Amino acid sequence: MKMADLVEINYRLLAVLARLGMNIGFGEKTVSKVCEETGIDTAAFILICNMYSYQGYMPTEETLESADPESVLKYLHNSHSFYMEEDFRKLEKVMNELVAPCSPGQKKVILDFLEGYKTEVERHFEYEEQVFFPYVRAVMSGTACGDYSASKFEENHSNIEEKLNDLKNIVMKYLPHECSPQLASDVLFALFSLSEDLGKHTGIEDLVLVPMTNRMEKKEA
Amino acid sequence: MTVFLIMPSRIMARGIEGVFHDLGEFKVAGIVSDISSREESILRNLSVDTVIVDPAVFAHSSRGNVKHFISEYTDAPVVAFPSAPMDDESSKQYDAILNLYDSPAEIIHKLRSAVAAPKDSSGTEGSELSAREKDILICVAKGLINKEIADLYNISIHTVITHRRNITRKTGIKTVAGLTVYALLNNLIDPSSVE
Repeated sequence: MKMADLVEINYRLLAVLARLGMNIGFGEKTVSKVCEETGIDTAAFILICNMYSYQGYMPTEETLESADPESVLKYLHNSHSFYMEEDFRKLEKVMNELVAPCSPGQKKVILDFLEGYKTEVERHFEYEEQVFFPYVRAVMSGTACGDYSASKFEENHSNIEEKLNDLKNIVMKYLPHECSPQLASDVLFALFSLSEDLGKHTGIEDLVLVPMTNRMEKKEA
Repeated sequence: MTVFLIMPSRIMARGIEGVFHDLGEFKVAGIVSDISSREESILRNLSVDTVIVDPAVFAHSSRGNVKHFISEYTDAPVVAFPSAPMDDESSKQYDAILNLYDSPAEIIHKLRSAVAAPKDSSGTEGSELSAREKDILICVAKGLINKEIADLYNISIHTVITHRRNITRKTGIKTVAGLTVYALLNNLIDPSSVE
Protein backbone atom coordinates (compact mmCIF):
# COMPACT_ATOMS: atom_id res chain seq x y z
CA MET A 1 0.00 0.00 0.00
CA LYS A 2 1.16 3.51 -0.78
CA MET A 3 1.76 5.80 2.18
CA ALA A 4 -0.40 8.46 0.52
CA ASP A 5 -3.33 5.98 0.43
CA LEU A 6 -2.93 5.24 4.11
CA VAL A 7 -3.40 8.92 4.93
CA GLU A 8 -6.42 8.95 2.65
CA ILE A 9 -7.98 6.24 4.86
CA ASN A 10 -7.44 8.22 8.07
CA TYR A 11 -5.96 11.69 7.85
CA ARG A 12 -5.44 11.76 11.60
CA LEU A 13 -2.55 9.38 11.06
CA LEU A 14 -0.66 12.46 9.89
CA ALA A 15 0.07 13.04 13.58
CA VAL A 16 1.62 9.57 13.83
CA LEU A 17 3.74 10.19 10.73
CA ALA A 18 4.97 13.54 12.04
CA ARG A 19 6.00 11.98 15.35
CA LEU A 20 7.98 9.29 13.57
CA GLY A 21 9.75 11.82 11.36
CA MET A 22 8.01 10.58 8.22
CA ASN A 23 7.82 13.79 6.23
CA ILE A 24 5.01 14.55 3.84
CA GLY A 25 5.96 14.29 0.14
CA PHE A 26 5.93 10.50 -0.10
CA GLY A 27 5.49 10.41 -3.88
CA GLU A 28 4.50 6.89 -4.82
CA LYS A 29 6.46 5.25 -1.99
CA THR A 30 4.90 2.30 -0.22
CA VAL A 31 4.34 2.13 3.53
CA SER A 32 7.17 -0.34 4.01
CA LYS A 33 9.55 1.76 1.91
CA VAL A 34 8.88 4.85 4.03
CA CYS A 35 9.29 2.77 7.21
CA GLU A 36 12.58 1.40 5.98
CA GLU A 37 13.88 4.88 5.16
CA THR A 38 13.01 6.22 8.60
CA GLY A 39 14.29 3.16 10.44
CA ILE A 40 10.90 2.11 11.81
CA ASP A 41 9.78 -1.51 11.91
CA THR A 42 6.85 -1.88 9.49
CA ALA A 43 4.91 -4.31 11.69
CA ALA A 44 5.20 -1.92 14.66
CA PHE A 45 4.12 0.99 12.45
CA ILE A 46 1.04 -0.85 11.21
CA LEU A 47 0.20 -1.87 14.75
CA ILE A 48 0.42 1.73 15.93
CA CYS A 49 -1.74 2.90 13.00
CA ASN A 50 -4.38 0.31 13.83
CA MET A 51 -4.39 1.26 17.51
CA TYR A 52 -4.62 4.89 16.49
CA SER A 53 -7.41 4.44 13.96
CA TYR A 54 -9.75 1.86 15.44
CA GLN A 55 -11.22 2.26 18.86
CA GLY A 56 -11.32 -1.06 20.68
CA TYR A 57 -8.67 -2.59 18.43
CA MET A 58 -6.95 -5.41 20.32
CA PRO A 59 -3.65 -6.63 18.89
CA THR A 60 -3.33 -10.41 18.63
CA GLU A 61 -0.48 -12.35 20.18
CA GLU A 62 1.11 -12.82 16.76
CA THR A 63 0.95 -9.12 15.99
CA LEU A 64 2.63 -8.30 19.30
CA GLU A 65 5.22 -10.96 18.63
CA SER A 66 6.09 -9.66 15.17
CA ALA A 67 6.38 -5.94 16.07
CA ASP A 68 9.62 -4.40 17.24
CA PRO A 69 9.34 -2.87 20.75
CA GLU A 70 12.09 -0.35 20.03
CA SER A 71 9.96 1.27 17.30
CA VAL A 72 7.02 1.44 19.70
CA LEU A 73 9.27 3.08 22.30
CA LYS A 74 10.47 5.56 19.73
CA TYR A 75 6.90 6.45 18.81
CA LEU A 76 5.88 6.92 22.45
CA HIS A 77 8.95 8.97 23.27
CA ASN A 78 8.48 11.24 20.25
CA SER A 79 4.79 11.62 21.09
CA HIS A 80 5.74 12.87 24.55
CA SER A 81 7.90 15.57 22.98
CA PHE A 82 5.16 16.50 20.51
CA TYR A 83 2.54 16.84 23.23
CA MET A 84 4.74 19.09 25.30
CA GLU A 85 6.33 21.13 22.52
CA GLU A 86 3.56 21.32 19.94
CA ASP A 87 0.17 20.66 21.49
CA PHE A 88 0.69 22.47 24.79
CA ARG A 89 2.47 25.36 23.13
CA LYS A 90 -0.46 25.91 20.75
CA LEU A 91 -2.97 25.42 23.53
CA GLU A 92 -1.23 27.96 25.76
CA LYS A 93 -1.09 30.47 22.93
CA VAL A 94 -4.78 30.33 22.06
CA MET A 95 -5.77 30.06 25.73
CA ASN A 96 -3.86 33.28 26.44
CA GLU A 97 -5.73 35.02 23.64
CA LEU A 98 -9.01 33.60 24.86
CA VAL A 99 -8.73 34.90 28.42
CA ALA A 100 -7.16 38.24 27.45
CA PRO A 101 -10.44 40.18 28.01
CA CYS A 102 -11.00 38.62 31.48
CA SER A 103 -10.22 40.30 34.78
CA PRO A 104 -6.68 39.70 36.08
CA GLY A 105 -8.01 37.36 38.78
CA GLN A 106 -9.99 35.24 36.33
CA LYS A 107 -7.14 35.20 33.85
CA LYS A 108 -4.73 34.00 36.49
CA VAL A 109 -6.92 31.21 37.80
CA ILE A 110 -7.58 29.79 34.32
CA LEU A 111 -3.99 30.02 33.13
CA ASP A 112 -2.72 28.60 36.43
CA PHE A 113 -5.03 25.65 35.99
CA LEU A 114 -3.66 24.98 32.51
CA GLU A 115 -0.09 25.30 33.83
CA GLY A 116 -0.91 22.92 36.68
CA TYR A 117 -2.25 20.41 34.22
CA LYS A 118 0.79 20.75 31.98
CA THR A 119 3.10 20.10 34.94
CA GLU A 120 1.08 17.01 35.87
CA VAL A 121 1.36 15.63 32.34
CA GLU A 122 5.06 16.47 32.24
CA ARG A 123 5.66 14.48 35.43
CA HIS A 124 3.65 11.58 34.12
CA PHE A 125 5.76 11.48 30.96
CA GLU A 126 8.99 11.90 32.92
CA TYR A 127 8.22 8.83 34.96
CA GLU A 128 7.68 6.80 31.82
CA GLU A 129 10.84 8.14 30.21
CA GLN A 130 13.01 7.68 33.27
CA VAL A 131 11.66 4.49 34.80
CA PHE A 132 9.48 2.42 32.52
CA PHE A 133 11.11 2.88 29.11
CA PRO A 134 14.63 2.16 30.43
CA TYR A 135 13.21 -0.92 32.11
CA VAL A 136 11.69 -2.14 28.81
CA ARG A 137 15.04 -1.62 27.10
CA ALA A 138 16.77 -3.55 29.87
CA VAL A 139 14.32 -6.43 29.42
CA MET A 140 14.97 -6.34 25.68
CA SER A 141 18.68 -6.68 26.19
CA GLY A 142 18.25 -9.24 28.96
CA THR A 143 19.82 -7.03 31.63
CA ALA A 144 16.74 -6.20 33.71
CA CYS A 145 17.16 -6.71 37.42
CA GLY A 146 15.40 -5.72 40.62
CA ASP A 147 11.75 -6.20 41.39
CA TYR A 148 10.25 -3.74 38.93
CA SER A 149 7.92 -5.20 36.29
CA ALA A 150 5.58 -4.17 33.52
CA SER A 151 2.58 -5.08 35.65
CA LYS A 152 3.79 -2.68 38.35
CA PHE A 153 3.87 0.05 35.75
CA GLU A 154 0.37 -0.79 34.61
CA GLU A 155 -0.95 -0.69 38.18
CA ASN A 156 0.48 2.75 38.76
CA HIS A 157 -0.29 4.18 35.35
CA SER A 158 -1.97 7.35 36.51
CA ASN A 159 -4.94 9.03 34.96
CA ILE A 160 -4.06 12.31 33.23
CA GLU A 161 -7.50 12.83 31.75
CA GLU A 162 -9.35 14.21 34.75
CA LYS A 163 -8.03 17.76 34.69
CA LEU A 164 -8.27 17.88 30.93
CA ASN A 165 -11.90 16.96 31.21
CA ASP A 166 -12.42 19.65 33.87
CA LEU A 167 -10.82 22.19 31.58
CA LYS A 168 -13.19 21.23 28.76
CA ASN A 169 -16.16 21.81 31.03
CA ILE A 170 -14.82 25.12 32.30
CA VAL A 171 -14.25 26.43 28.78
CA MET A 172 -17.52 25.05 27.47
CA LYS A 173 -19.77 26.15 30.32
CA TYR A 174 -18.29 28.70 32.65
CA LEU A 175 -16.07 31.15 30.78
CA PRO A 176 -16.77 34.85 31.42
CA HIS A 177 -18.96 36.36 28.71
CA GLU A 178 -16.22 38.70 27.50
CA CYS A 179 -14.37 35.77 25.93
CA SER A 180 -14.59 35.29 22.18
CA PRO A 181 -16.78 32.30 21.25
CA GLN A 182 -14.61 31.68 18.19
CA LEU A 183 -11.46 31.37 20.30
CA ALA A 184 -13.33 29.28 22.86
CA SER A 185 -14.31 26.90 20.10
CA ASP A 186 -10.68 26.75 18.90
CA VAL A 187 -9.58 25.89 22.44
CA LEU A 188 -12.28 23.23 22.70
CA PHE A 189 -11.22 21.63 19.44
CA ALA A 190 -7.67 21.52 20.74
CA LEU A 191 -8.78 20.07 24.09
CA PHE A 192 -10.98 17.38 22.57
CA SER A 193 -8.35 16.35 20.11
CA LEU A 194 -5.63 16.30 22.81
CA SER A 195 -7.87 14.18 25.01
CA GLU A 196 -8.60 11.76 22.20
CA ASP A 197 -4.94 11.54 21.29
CA LEU A 198 -3.84 10.97 24.89
CA GLY A 199 -6.40 8.19 25.14
CA LYS A 200 -4.88 6.44 22.15
CA HIS A 201 -1.42 7.03 23.52
CA THR A 202 -2.34 5.36 26.81
CA GLY A 203 -3.88 2.53 24.81
CA ILE A 204 -0.61 1.91 23.01
CA GLU A 205 1.22 1.85 26.33
CA ASP A 206 -1.23 -0.43 28.13
CA LEU A 207 -2.27 -2.73 25.29
CA VAL A 208 0.93 -2.88 23.24
CA LEU A 209 4.02 -2.00 25.22
CA VAL A 210 2.98 -3.63 28.50
CA PRO A 211 1.99 -7.01 26.98
CA MET A 212 5.11 -6.95 24.79
CA THR A 213 7.23 -6.47 27.89
CA ASN A 214 5.30 -9.13 29.84
CA ARG A 215 6.05 -11.55 27.05
CA MET A 216 9.77 -10.73 27.06
CA GLU A 217 9.85 -11.01 30.87
CA LYS A 218 8.41 -14.52 30.61
CA LYS A 219 10.94 -15.56 28.01
CA GLU A 220 13.76 -14.43 30.25
CA ALA A 221 12.49 -16.19 33.31
CA MET B 1 -32.18 -2.19 50.61
CA THR B 2 -33.01 0.68 52.92
CA VAL B 3 -35.94 3.05 52.60
CA PHE B 4 -36.65 6.31 54.37
CA LEU B 5 -40.28 7.33 54.90
CA ILE B 6 -41.56 10.88 55.01
CA MET B 7 -45.27 10.61 55.74
CA PRO B 8 -47.67 12.13 58.25
CA SER B 9 -50.00 9.12 58.32
CA ARG B 10 -48.83 6.59 60.87
CA ILE B 11 -51.17 3.98 59.35
CA MET B 12 -49.63 4.35 55.91
CA ALA B 13 -46.13 4.13 57.36
CA ARG B 14 -47.10 1.02 59.31
CA GLY B 15 -48.58 -0.43 56.13
CA ILE B 16 -45.30 -0.01 54.28
CA GLU B 17 -43.39 -1.52 57.19
CA GLY B 18 -45.77 -4.48 57.13
CA VAL B 19 -45.26 -5.05 53.41
CA PHE B 20 -41.48 -4.93 53.84
CA HIS B 21 -41.64 -7.24 56.80
CA ASP B 22 -43.62 -9.83 54.85
CA LEU B 23 -41.67 -9.67 51.63
CA GLY B 24 -38.13 -8.92 52.81
CA GLU B 25 -35.65 -7.21 50.48
CA PHE B 26 -36.51 -3.68 51.67
CA LYS B 27 -36.17 -2.28 55.16
CA VAL B 28 -37.42 0.95 56.73
CA ALA B 29 -34.37 2.89 57.91
CA GLY B 30 -36.25 5.80 59.41
CA ILE B 31 -39.56 7.65 59.47
CA VAL B 32 -40.38 11.30 59.85
CA SER B 33 -43.92 12.63 59.85
CA ASP B 34 -43.11 16.23 59.10
CA ILE B 35 -40.46 18.50 57.60
CA SER B 36 -39.27 21.01 60.14
CA SER B 37 -35.83 22.04 61.24
CA ARG B 38 -35.63 19.05 63.58
CA GLU B 39 -36.36 16.61 60.78
CA GLU B 40 -33.97 18.41 58.50
CA SER B 41 -31.05 17.44 60.68
CA ILE B 42 -32.07 13.80 60.26
CA LEU B 43 -32.40 14.22 56.50
CA ARG B 44 -29.00 15.81 56.33
CA ASN B 45 -27.33 12.57 57.39
CA LEU B 46 -29.46 10.44 55.15
CA SER B 47 -27.89 7.42 53.51
CA VAL B 48 -30.63 5.21 52.05
CA ASP B 49 -31.45 3.54 48.75
CA THR B 50 -34.90 5.08 48.33
CA VAL B 51 -37.10 7.76 49.87
CA ILE B 52 -40.87 7.31 49.99
CA VAL B 53 -42.78 10.51 50.55
CA ASP B 54 -46.39 11.48 50.96
CA PRO B 55 -46.62 14.84 49.16
CA ALA B 56 -49.18 15.93 51.76
CA VAL B 57 -46.21 16.71 54.03
CA PHE B 58 -45.49 19.70 51.85
CA ALA B 59 -47.54 22.83 51.54
CA HIS B 60 -49.73 22.74 48.46
CA SER B 61 -47.75 25.47 46.71
CA SER B 62 -44.45 23.61 47.03
CA ARG B 63 -45.69 20.17 45.97
CA GLY B 64 -44.17 20.64 42.53
CA ASN B 65 -40.70 20.77 44.08
CA VAL B 66 -40.71 17.80 46.44
CA LYS B 67 -38.06 15.88 44.55
CA HIS B 68 -35.89 18.96 44.30
CA PHE B 69 -36.18 19.49 48.04
CA ILE B 70 -35.21 15.91 48.83
CA SER B 71 -32.41 15.88 46.28
CA GLU B 72 -30.64 18.47 48.42
CA TYR B 73 -30.08 15.73 50.96
CA THR B 74 -29.74 12.55 48.95
CA ASP B 75 -29.55 11.45 45.35
CA ALA B 76 -31.59 8.32 46.12
CA PRO B 77 -34.73 7.86 44.00
CA VAL B 78 -37.84 9.56 45.37
CA VAL B 79 -41.09 7.58 45.32
CA ALA B 80 -44.46 9.19 46.05
CA PHE B 81 -47.10 7.51 48.22
CA PRO B 82 -49.88 10.09 48.09
CA SER B 83 -52.65 10.05 50.67
CA ALA B 84 -54.71 12.29 48.37
CA PRO B 85 -54.85 12.39 44.56
CA MET B 86 -52.04 14.33 42.90
CA ASP B 87 -52.21 16.45 39.77
CA ASP B 88 -50.43 15.09 36.68
CA GLU B 89 -47.86 17.85 36.58
CA SER B 90 -46.44 17.26 40.05
CA SER B 91 -46.55 13.47 39.70
CA LYS B 92 -44.00 13.71 36.89
CA GLN B 93 -41.15 14.52 39.25
CA TYR B 94 -41.22 11.16 41.05
CA ASP B 95 -39.25 8.05 40.16
CA ALA B 96 -42.32 5.94 40.95
CA ILE B 97 -45.78 6.37 42.47
CA LEU B 98 -47.38 3.93 44.93
CA ASN B 99 -51.14 3.74 45.29
CA LEU B 100 -53.15 3.01 48.38
CA TYR B 101 -54.68 0.02 46.59
CA ASP B 102 -51.42 -1.47 45.23
CA SER B 103 -50.81 -5.09 46.17
CA PRO B 104 -47.67 -5.74 48.26
CA ALA B 105 -46.02 -7.39 45.24
CA GLU B 106 -46.75 -4.33 43.10
CA ILE B 107 -45.20 -2.05 45.71
CA ILE B 108 -42.02 -4.10 45.81
CA HIS B 109 -41.92 -4.23 42.02
CA LYS B 110 -42.25 -0.44 41.74
CA LEU B 111 -39.56 0.18 44.34
CA ARG B 112 -37.24 -2.27 42.68
CA SER B 113 -37.53 -0.53 39.31
CA ALA B 114 -37.10 2.88 40.92
CA VAL B 115 -33.84 1.77 42.56
CA ALA B 116 -32.59 0.05 39.41
CA ALA B 117 -33.40 2.90 37.01
CA PRO B 118 -30.37 4.91 35.97
CA LYS B 119 -30.13 8.19 37.81
CA ASP B 120 -31.59 11.07 35.89
CA SER B 121 -28.36 12.86 35.18
CA SER B 122 -29.85 16.12 33.97
CA GLY B 123 -32.34 16.23 36.81
CA THR B 124 -35.88 17.48 36.40
CA GLU B 125 -34.91 20.58 38.32
CA GLY B 126 -32.09 21.54 35.95
CA SER B 127 -28.51 21.31 37.02
CA GLU B 128 -28.03 24.44 39.05
CA LEU B 129 -26.13 23.90 42.28
CA SER B 130 -28.24 24.06 45.41
CA ALA B 131 -27.38 26.55 48.13
CA ARG B 132 -25.89 23.81 50.28
CA GLU B 133 -23.84 22.49 47.38
CA LYS B 134 -22.47 25.98 46.84
CA ASP B 135 -21.45 26.16 50.52
CA ILE B 136 -19.63 22.85 50.19
CA LEU B 137 -18.03 23.88 46.91
CA ILE B 138 -16.66 27.04 48.51
CA CYS B 139 -15.09 24.96 51.28
CA VAL B 140 -13.54 22.58 48.76
CA ALA B 141 -12.15 25.50 46.75
CA LYS B 142 -10.66 26.96 49.92
CA GLY B 143 -8.83 23.69 50.46
CA LEU B 144 -10.86 22.18 53.31
CA ILE B 145 -10.93 18.39 53.56
CA ASN B 146 -14.17 16.39 53.92
CA LYS B 147 -13.78 15.96 57.68
CA GLU B 148 -13.38 19.70 58.21
CA ILE B 149 -16.42 20.45 56.05
CA ALA B 150 -18.49 17.84 57.93
CA ASP B 151 -17.54 19.41 61.27
CA LEU B 152 -18.19 22.93 60.03
CA TYR B 153 -21.77 22.16 58.96
CA ASN B 154 -22.41 19.48 61.53
CA ILE B 155 -23.15 16.82 58.91
CA SER B 156 -21.66 13.38 58.29
CA ILE B 157 -18.67 12.82 56.01
CA HIS B 158 -20.92 10.61 53.93
CA THR B 159 -23.23 13.56 53.30
CA VAL B 160 -20.28 15.74 52.31
CA ILE B 161 -19.23 13.09 49.82
CA THR B 162 -22.76 12.87 48.42
CA HIS B 163 -22.83 16.63 47.95
CA ARG B 164 -19.44 16.54 46.26
CA ARG B 165 -20.58 13.79 43.95
CA ASN B 166 -23.63 15.85 43.00
CA ILE B 167 -21.49 18.93 42.42
CA THR B 168 -19.29 16.94 40.04
CA ARG B 169 -22.29 15.43 38.31
CA LYS B 170 -23.82 18.85 37.72
CA THR B 171 -20.70 20.77 36.73
CA GLY B 172 -18.72 18.00 35.06
CA ILE B 173 -15.71 19.08 37.14
CA LYS B 174 -13.89 16.49 39.24
CA THR B 175 -10.62 17.86 40.54
CA VAL B 176 -10.21 20.29 43.43
CA ALA B 177 -8.20 22.61 41.19
CA GLY B 178 -11.01 22.58 38.62
CA LEU B 179 -13.66 23.28 41.27
CA THR B 180 -11.60 26.21 42.50
CA VAL B 181 -11.61 27.68 38.99
CA TYR B 182 -15.37 27.17 38.86
CA ALA B 183 -15.88 28.88 42.22
CA LEU B 184 -13.77 31.86 41.19
CA LEU B 185 -15.37 32.27 37.76
CA ASN B 186 -18.81 32.19 39.38
CA ASN B 187 -17.77 34.70 42.02
CA LEU B 188 -18.42 32.27 44.85
CA ILE B 189 -15.03 33.09 46.32
CA ASP B 190 -12.64 35.93 45.72
CA PRO B 191 -9.10 35.26 44.50
CA SER B 192 -7.50 36.33 47.77
CA SER B 193 -9.17 33.49 49.70
CA VAL B 194 -7.37 30.80 47.73
CA GLU B 195 -3.68 29.94 48.33
